[in-house]
Amino acid sequence: MLNFIWVFCILFGILFALVTGEMGSVSQAVLSGGRDAVNLAITMAGVVATWSGIMKIAERGGMISTLSNRFAPLLHFLFPDIPPKSKALQYISANFIANFLGLGWAATPAGILAMKELQKYNKNKGSASNAMCIFMIINMSSLQIVTINILAYRTQYGSANPGEIIGPGIIATLFSTLIGVFVGKLLERRWHR
Amino acid sequence: MIFFLYLSDFIIPITILFIVVFACIKKVNIYDAFIEGAIDGLKTVMDILPTLIALMVAVAVLRSSGFLSFLTEILKPFVEWTGFPAEIIPLSLMRLVSSSAATGLLVDLFTTYGTDSFIGRISSVMMSCTETVFYTMSVYFTAVKITKTRFTLVGAIAANIAGIVAAYYITLLLFGR
Repeated sequence: MLNFIWVFCILFGILFALVTGEMGSVSQAVLSGGRDAVNLAITMAGVVATWSGIMKIAERGGMISTLSNRFAPLLHFLFPDIPPKSKALQYISANFIANFLGLGWAATPAGILAMKELQKYNKNKGSASNAMCIFMIINMSSLQIVTINILAYRTQYGSANPGEIIGPGIIATLFSTLIGVFVGKLLERRWHR
Repeated sequence: MIFFLYLSDFIIPITILFIVVFACIKKVNIYDAFIEGAIDGLKTVMDILPTLIALMVAVAVLRSSGFLSFLTEILKPFVEWTGFPAEIIPLSLMRLVSSSAATGLLVDLFTTYGTDSFIGRISSVMMSCTETVFYTMSVYFTAVKITKTRFTLVGAIAANIAGIVAAYYITLLLFGR
């Protein structure tokens, strides 16, 4: 996917610039793109490292397994085919919590483990189970409470109040997740396996 | 509205306080845990840096060629009657495909229109309530060798559209144009 996107951007960009006569700014873009990325990574590194450290504290404190038990009724509603107290639900909880905290990349390992556990309960191994689809939809509907990366960018690019978007972000996130679950639950019985 | 602005100021400190107090009760070596996590975090950033460079260069090339403004012009009439700013169309599309590429566009919107403009705020909220669908799906389903993803894509795109619509109306309601 990324391979296709990259090649498309480069080829199409250069060919399109021939038509629009923007070749000069394309040359500039090649030189400035890499530099901008490195500058961005430097800002990001501090924020991401801090948040990963705090996440690690939460993990060591046993907060993730405690919260997983709290979620039990909700998890049962979302994944009725998966036995309660199974490892799959633990990993799903860990993934959701990491997403709540806005740690997209830190959430990925737990998410992949959850998929592997869910695969054990899947009857048709080549096709996604209902639980997998619902899990993926929720995962991709965004769950973040604190959108730390966006706060970092807003800070770097001179916002007077970078945090003012957190409240609106929570409402919008809630809305997107609810619609995702609603559509998923509506489709899970009708969509053939 | 004041409530939400207040809430924004409190979330990070309260979250940290809660986590640290909880870990204190459980007698975790908090400092060591933090350092370990921070190392992982730095590694993550180093791991994504090449992708960030590759995609920001590619997006910069596509953007400077005038293609994105061309695409925006095409979609503009369909979107404009809703009041949604046409400038955010490329970001909305790119967000589904690549997080780093979307970040490149977000930064571009920030530098062009300002972080605290209507466009800057909608895109900030939008980035908070949407997720990279194609990349995430390929990583997770590849891990369990599943090719038939059934209703995952439909559900995920529905959720993302809902997020974009919500971002627009909430920003309009709380901050105005």
